[in-house]
Amino acid sequence: MTPTKAARLRPWLFHTAMGTLAALWLLPLALVLVTSLRTFDDLAARGLASLPTGLTFDSYRQALGAGEWRAIGNSLLITVPVVVATLVLASMAAYALARHRIPFRRTLLLLMLAGNLLPAQLLLIPVLKLTERFGVFDSRIGVIVVLTAVGLGFYTFVLHGFMRGIPHEITQAAKIDGATTFGVYLRIVLPLTKPALAALGSLAFTWTFNDLLWAITLLRDETKLPVTPAILGMQGQYFSSWNVIAAATVLAAIPTVIVFLRFQRYFISGLLIGSAK
Amino acid sequence: MAASAKTFSRGSRAGVLSGGARRGAREGAVLLAFVLVPFAVEMFWTFWPALNSVYISLTRWDGISPPVFVGADNYLRMWSDETFRTALRNTVMWLVLFGGLSVLGGLALALLLDRPRRGVGVYRAVFFLPVVFSMVVSALVWRMIYQPDGLVNGLLTAVGLEDQTRIWLGDSGTALYALILPALWRQVGYIMVLFLAGLKTVDPLLHEAAKTDGATALERFRYITLPQLRPISTVVLAVTVIDALRSFDIVWALTKGGPYHSSELLSTYQFSTGVLGSQLGYGSALAVVIFLLTVATIVVYLVRSLREEETA
Repeated sequence: MTPTKAARLRPWLFHTAMGTLAALWLLPLALVLVTSLRTFDDLAARGLASLPTGLTFDSYRQALGAGEWRAIGNSLLITVPVVVATLVLASMAAYALARHRIPFRRTLLLLMLAGNLLPAQLLLIPVLKLTERFGVFDSRIGVIVVLTAVGLGFYTFVLHGFMRGIPHEITQAAKIDGATTFGVYLRIVLPLTKPALAALGSLAFTWTFNDLLWAITLLRDETKLPVTPAILGMQGQYFSSWNVIAAATVLAAIPTVIVFLRFQRYFISGLLIGSAK
Repeated sequence: MAASAKTFSRGSRAGVLSGGARRGAREGAVLLAFVLVPFAVEMFWTFWPALNSVYISLTRWDGISPPVFVGADNYLRMWSDETFRTALRNTVMWLVLFGGLSVLGGLALALLLDRPRRGVGVYRAVFFLPVVFSMVVSALVWRMIYQPDGLVNGLLTAVGLEDQTRIWLGDSGTALYALILPALWRQVGYIMVLFLAGLKTVDPLLHEAAKTDGATALERFRYITLPQLRPISTVVLAVTVIDALRSFDIVWALTKGGPYHSSELLSTYQFSTGVLGSQLGYGSALAVVIFLLTVATIVVYLVRSLREEETA
């Protein structure tokens, strides 16, 4: 009698507790969405914690007009080249190290991974000076180069593990048919690595898009700022216009949410293979 | 005659070889470029700057005039630097609270959401969602909650605790703790996913067997689940220590280390002195300390878990 009663009660208890926790988890997001749809007068008169009196999309227009379009554009101009360059360079290194008997290949791979684990703080000042010397300080090119370079080790390491799993018969057969090293890489190894490339690509997109530290270290010109640091700047500009700041925040989150939803399956598997580092 | 035959054969062999060798050399060059280009790019922007940082940390440098070698002065200066001591204390506190609570929270959620059940996928997605946002986005979301007229104070007033309301981020007694919540909100889902992957490797038959032997849920957790989670725990620890010690965005976005350095972490202090300020030498010394702290924490854990394995 008792076990069945407990079994009947348990799902109910589980869903009540989990449902409450999940609702609490989503509450901050709901608050931002609602705030972004309120008017300045409503917020000024009644405060952030009040119920809205009416909803409008006006603050989104204001946020986009205040330079957020440009900031999102900057983010994409930085993020897309970083993702492409990262995947190209990391897959090249991973292919050579995983499929060929290169001397010191283990050492090279571990050095690359170790370079990736150095805290950014240790690199900031010298990297800033290096970009000044090359004339790429305060330019998007500089940010692209640095963000690509400091991340390479991790992506190479993960792809290396993945490429080692490709059966040797496949590449051997292609070589006998006269394929070159480059041909095998381009036509056989890369297509077989697609799932890992998708996983790492979506991770790289999110991490690059969400970067704050490197952007505020290497960029000074406000018109070049990507959206993550730019919305921080809007905070000062729109001081207490919480509706505009909320709208800007929602807009800044949209691209990564799209990538996450589109590549959800790969994204989580990416985090997991990533954790194997 | 013999000599000429020799030269002939040598010549012909050389001829055959040179065709293959040329191709081999080209292939070798391609391979070398495949490894060396990415390797050189990464080393140039990571190890080289890191070594430079170590050197800069031994100098006094304003970034404009040439650096002056001062030996260990920057490191000695930390002892008498009140702000450094606050930042170090806050960083350790951050490591313990942010790190500890995100691991406990992530483990608890993973245990609750491990078994397939109706609605589990939805709950997992909800807790994971903040992971895709930037720390800056989480910061701005939570700033609204912490505003003087925001949700926290609104709730406190509603339940009659008006005297407990305060400017959470502007109060040196609460600022650091107020920063931990948004950081946890974004981190717990990530740790949950890692533990969920670890739990997948636990054999359900073990649990069944223990249950028939009369083991309680707590005993099964202690003697079956926890030992099997050991490999993933190492990963979680490394991820947590690295993430905790490099936490920067959330603090920079909400308080910039203030008020009066009360929420200063080593990472934010390093940024204000070394990157924004003009004390490049001192800033680099702080960066070296952050690096050593990361390495030390991970080494201590690894040594401990190795010793435990030996005794186990």
